[in-house]
Amino acid sequence: MNAPAANTWSAYPDARGRFGDYGGRYVAETLMPLVLELDGAYRAAKGDPAFQAELDDFLTHYVGRPSPLYFAERLTAHHAGNGAKGGGCARIWFKRDELNHTGAHKINNCMGQILLARRMGRTRIIAETGAGQHGVATATVCARFGLPCVIYMGATDVERQKPNVFRMRLLGAEIVPVTSGRGTLKDAMNEAMRDWVTNVEDTYYLIGTAAGPHPYPAMVRDFQAVIGREARAQMLERAGKLPDACVASIGGGSNAIGLFHPFLEDDVRLIGIEAAGHGLTSGQHAASMTGGRPGVLHGNKTYLLQDDDGQILDAHSISAGLDYPGIGPEHAWLKDSGRAEYRTATDMEALAAFQECARLEGIIPALEPAHALARVGEIAREVGRGGDVVLNMCGRGDKDIYTVADALAGHADHPAETKL
Amino acid sequence: MSVARLDARFALCRAEDRAAFVAYLMAGDPDAGRSLALLRGLSAAGADVIELGFPFSDPMAEGPPIQRASLRALEAGTTLASTLELVRRFRAGERDTPLILMGYLNPVLSYGYDRFSSDAAEAGVDGLLVVDCPPEEADDLADALDPHGLALVRLAAPTTDAARLPAVVRRASGFVYYVSVAGVTGVKSAAAETVAPAVERIRAAAGGLPVAVGFGIRTPEQAAAVAQAADAVVVGSALVDTLAKHGVEAALGQASALAQAVRNARR
Ligand SMILES: Cc1ncc(COP(=O)(O)O)c(C=O)c1O
Repeated sequence: MNAPAANTWSAYPDARGRFGDYGGRYVAETLMPLVLELDGAYRAAKGDPAFQAELDDFLTHYVGRPSPLYFAERLTAHHAGNGAKGGGCARIWFKRDELNHTGAHKINNCMGQILLARRMGRTRIIAETGAGQHGVATATVCARFGLPCVIYMGATDVERQKPNVFRMRLLGAEIVPVTSGRGTLKDAMNEAMRDWVTNVEDTYYLIGTAAGPHPYPAMVRDFQAVIGREARAQMLERAGKLPDACVASIGGGSNAIGLFHPFLEDDVRLIGIEAAGHGLTSGQHAASMTGGRPGVLHGNKTYLLQDDDGQILDAHSISAGLDYPGIGPEHAWLKDSGRAEYRTATDMEALAAFQECARLEGIIPALEPAHALARVGEIAREVGRGGDVVLNMCGRGDKDIYTVADALAGHADHPAETKL
Repeated sequence: MSVARLDARFALCRAEDRAAFVAYLMAGDPDAGRSLALLRGLSAAGADVIELGFPFSDPMAEGPPIQRASLRALEAGTTLASTLELVRRFRAGERDTPLILMGYLNPVLSYGYDRFSSDAAEAGVDGLLVVDCPPEEADDLADALDPHGLALVRLAAPTTDAARLPAVVRRASGFVYYVSVAGVTGVKSAAAETVAPAVERIRAAAGGLPVAVGFGIRTPEQAAAVAQAADAVVVGSALVDTLAKHGVEAALGQASALAQAVRNARR
């Protein structure tokens, strides 16, 4: 992969929506004019101080930004104790986006896109959701602005994320359970695209991660980059220096790219954690970069889980939010060019980290950041004493308590239970 | 042969002052044997052009009938390679009826553009239509297909405005496919009176290339109405549904009724 000259990482994508060979706009002709119109509208909004001021105002007073940067002292001490040499561990900080209104980073993007949809005169909002966090955030901003909202959600996910389904209904959204495929996020996204291509006049498709046809990957990243901008300023203020590493879980990649992007030109390691499900060799995982190869799906070229014929494989993760066989194109490019690194954590490792964080820090994380928590100890030890590692605590775990209870009941000899 | 086979068939239809009838089926639906029987029967039933779908796990622009066909085909083990094998066997007995493949980009990308182009030409494919590959992303694929004389059929939609149309039909060959309604396959159908002006607009922009109209055409009456203005009428979901419910013979009977309606539309 052609790596760009130093200090130009953040200048991507190019005008065609390309991050190197990745990204682009692979959509049906019916949607192409809409995607181009969105690109124009977004570029205009991005350059309009009034739009940015309106967004900032909502982020402050409705979402609750800035989110705190918290020194996870007990988790740090725990991992320092686990170190081979003992005590050789960087400080672990949580960027607390789980404290946002609706409980995850998803609302940062939803607030930006709903203001754009209003600017474009769209009167009906559709979205896909996996964990339901994006669905809840979309339903929330739709309620706030009085717009009808249809959420496509895989039937499997409707089952395993019941609290969020109820929240969306309370917020006035219509939930459409999707039974095609295996009934998870990829199938929900197919169905949302089918709705969009059918309702081209009035409908705005509010994609929930940094993937899809250009401009979505860049636009969602820009709206999520508030995470990294705040974290950068907060680290400088608190520690007088930049962190040595940033760590985030990877579903479609929006919370990770939001944290990473403002650090792209800095000497800071960027590490994304993919979901390894039952293990990379089990064939049941969601690690598209570690276990997949490049292809085209949902409007962009990127790493995908696929068979030899180019058929997309079903992903698996205990975390519905990571259960997606693709990844945003910017991550595909950052991986190939070596600017970011990607590791994995299994369902079991995430479950253990979930409980560990709850008991050590009094913070019940979502299962998504629990994957990042599962690797943060080893990363903090690699960085070593005196260093700083920022972990994106991108969601809280209220939505996951039933899933976790089921998983623990099914594994009476679960290592995490005995460890803690 | 290839694009020349398409050109010859459209020239013949023009000489007879009629629209062409394009029949869509999914390769390997419900299995390779019945799919081959249907393919072989279609030209006898009056199909001027065959559009052979190859399955994809995520058919984002299809309605329920073709989604289900795609699933059946995948369950029967159909791949892009086995689709080419089907074409090879069809071509052993049929040289004149043009056949284009239709599907999504990822199986073609995974097969490799160059290898696909030479294998497809060798099997007797005449062109390719890729739903999720707009002109902005199509140059590499067109460059691979061109040396083998394979058409990359371009799609125009109701949302394609006059400013965009020239870019859409740039490098078009064979024919242009007009997706007559905004939506997925097999659900809505276009009002016949909106079709004629769109066809004229596209034909003019594409330097006189034939314009085929599809999406939502199910009955002989609808087909005849579209055949007044269009150079070709495409029927897919209706045939796929009949095949699923009543088998090969019934689908061929329906194809024959549709072909008759298209042939007689301008009389
Ligand atoms: C809390 C949380 N984190 C992470 C994700 C994964 O998405 P992304 O990789 O786009 O941040 C989700 C998705 O639903 C989520 O709810």
